[in-house]
Amino acid sequence: MNKLLNWVDERLPVVDAWNKHVGKYYAPKNFNMWYFFGSLAMLVLVNQLITGIWLTMSYNPSAEGAFASVEYIMRDVEWGWLLRYLHSTGASAFFIVVYLHMFRGLMYGSYQKPRELIWIFGMLIYLMLMAEAFMGYLLPWGQMSYWGAQVIVNLFGAIPVIGEDLSLWIRGDYLISGITLNRFFALHVVALPIVLLGLVVLHILALHEVGSNNPDGIDIKKNKDENGNPKDGIPFHPYYTVHDLLGVAVFFFIFFVVVFFFPEAGGLFIEKPNFEPANALKTPDHIAPVWYFTPFYAMLRAVTVDLFGLPAKFWGVVVMGGAIAILFVLPWLDRSPVRSMRYKGWLSRIALAILVVSFVVLGYLGLVPATEGRTTVAQILTVLYFLYFILMPFYTRMEKTKPVPERVTG
Amino acid sequence: MRKLIFGLFIAILPALGLAAGGGVSLDHIETDHTDKASLQRGVALFTNYCMGCHSMEYARYKRVSDDLDIPAELYEENLIFTGAKIGELMKNSMSKDMAADWFGAPPPDLTLETRLRGESWVYSYLRGFYKDDSRPLGVNNVVYANVGMPHVMVGLQGLCAVEPKIGVDASVEPLSGNINNADVCPEYAIEGSMSAVEFDQAMYDLTNFMSYMGDPVRVERERLGVFVLIFVAIFFVFAYLLNREYWKDVH
Repeated sequence: MNKLLNWVDERLPVVDAWNKHVGKYYAPKNFNMWYFFGSLAMLVLVNQLITGIWLTMSYNPSAEGAFASVEYIMRDVEWGWLLRYLHSTGASAFFIVVYLHMFRGLMYGSYQKPRELIWIFGMLIYLMLMAEAFMGYLLPWGQMSYWGAQVIVNLFGAIPVIGEDLSLWIRGDYLISGITLNRFFALHVVALPIVLLGLVVLHILALHEVGSNNPDGIDIKKNKDENGNPKDGIPFHPYYTVHDLLGVAVFFFIFFVVVFFFPEAGGLFIEKPNFEPANALKTPDHIAPVWYFTPFYAMLRAVTVDLFGLPAKFWGVVVMGGAIAILFVLPWLDRSPVRSMRYKGWLSRIALAILVVSFVVLGYLGLVPATEGRTTVAQILTVLYFLYFILMPFYTRMEKTKPVPERVTG
Repeated sequence: MRKLIFGLFIAILPALGLAAGGGVSLDHIETDHTDKASLQRGVALFTNYCMGCHSMEYARYKRVSDDLDIPAELYEENLIFTGAKIGELMKNSMSKDMAADWFGAPPPDLTLETRLRGESWVYSYLRGFYKDDSRPLGVNNVVYANVGMPHVMVGLQGLCAVEPKIGVDASVEPLSGNINNADVCPEYAIEGSMSAVEFDQAMYDLTNFMSYMGDPVRVERERLGVFVLIFVAIFFVFAYLLNREYWKDVH
């Protein structure tokens, strides 16, 4: 066995790679529960890839056969129902885990210098994940698949001059049709997963180059022992591999409760109108995107005024795009001398709390039909969401921060 | 177990106000896919009263026969009218174009109807027909206003002369002792062969069967789920002990 390893290692740096990324990758010893979500995102990604491959074996990407083939998977394919529910629940779990992972980054300043690229790769992963989820949602070819896709693709039509042609180009037809389904299928199962995997590799390579942040936001490489290893660091393996197993167990428990007992999650993970095949002639009463898109959908609907001769819908798309785009420049908005929320002032804490509340309530508002009152609330919350970022250079500099300790605090 | 988990789940997930149905009050039921007698009565009702117009084209006769403990020969003899083999999908022979002419729209496939509209909706709808001479077929429905479907079960239920009371609980008048709203329908234009209680039970069986058809693996899924959760819980204990063993020398 050892001989084989040596043989391979002389030709491929497997031992080196293992040590750099796992065996001798020194991670801060004070990770808390918020640090589970990175590895959980990897776990869900693997789940999506494996169940996705098996679903592809029985799925039929045509307007005539898609809906029936999903029911065929649910009824006639051995364990097909389990594969499908693992995949559909996994999609929502992916976003839950990623949102918590992003919140961790915001809380402990993990985007700050020198981790700007990690944050940007992470944001690109998030963007790709949204594209992946959006295209995957069309594949069951139910009513909500169809009309959800119709609404989102029509958004491109709001762009002046090129908009109509652009949405026509995306659809490949004058309305969502089998052509659209086929290209979304190709993108969902081949193109986007490749991009996604590439970005995950970049995300992790960039992380391992500069090292992990921690709840204290301290650079553990400043304090090294005689061997040159960080005093506050421990090798990722075995310490964090066994630690992450705990997170995996807790996550799986909750995940499987949904998969085996509430796969529709009351209409949140699988929307009820999707139990009816797509019908281009019948619009559902209420079209709502899946929950993980609803904060941005609420922002889109919150914009109700025409401006500079351009329709409100266009500005809604701008706001929605801006809400995601502004996350990319976050590393340069934070001017605080400290990273972690533990040592930032109360202004930063309140700002983060407002951001979280705005995002969650916007998510709720995006799920329910709009009323005048709800639109007003959505408008206020959209403004608050943006203020978190726009005012960040000011409140992070103004506030009084606490002194950061030399060593991690457990 | 399921109730407990459900309670926890409701506590965690906010804002589940997504139920379909749009403001119509309904009579609520809990379906039970382990009640095979009910499901067998349900499939008999569905085959005799519904399948002339409605297909269940995503499901196969064989699966129903197996799951409901109905011997295949008995099923083929009594519950397949189209000459289909028992391994085939549960389609029917009504042409969609002609059906659209007769009813305004072709009768929808019902395999997933309970998951689309909800079990309580279907149960209430089936009991919601009443006499309305302004409609082309002479009947209307309180749950689905101006529906194109005739009252197929008029022979069983009879025809209610007024709007049936769906989603209204029975109550006892304290002074007279009279029971209000005990039956869905207080007054019949045509009498049926079943009493109100019998008809409610029959419609429960039918809805229960349709619910089973929408999600045939539910019983098996929940049975397996318990074992999976027990496994994960035991796995957690070992993961916890392993983690404690490694971490005891980290200070």
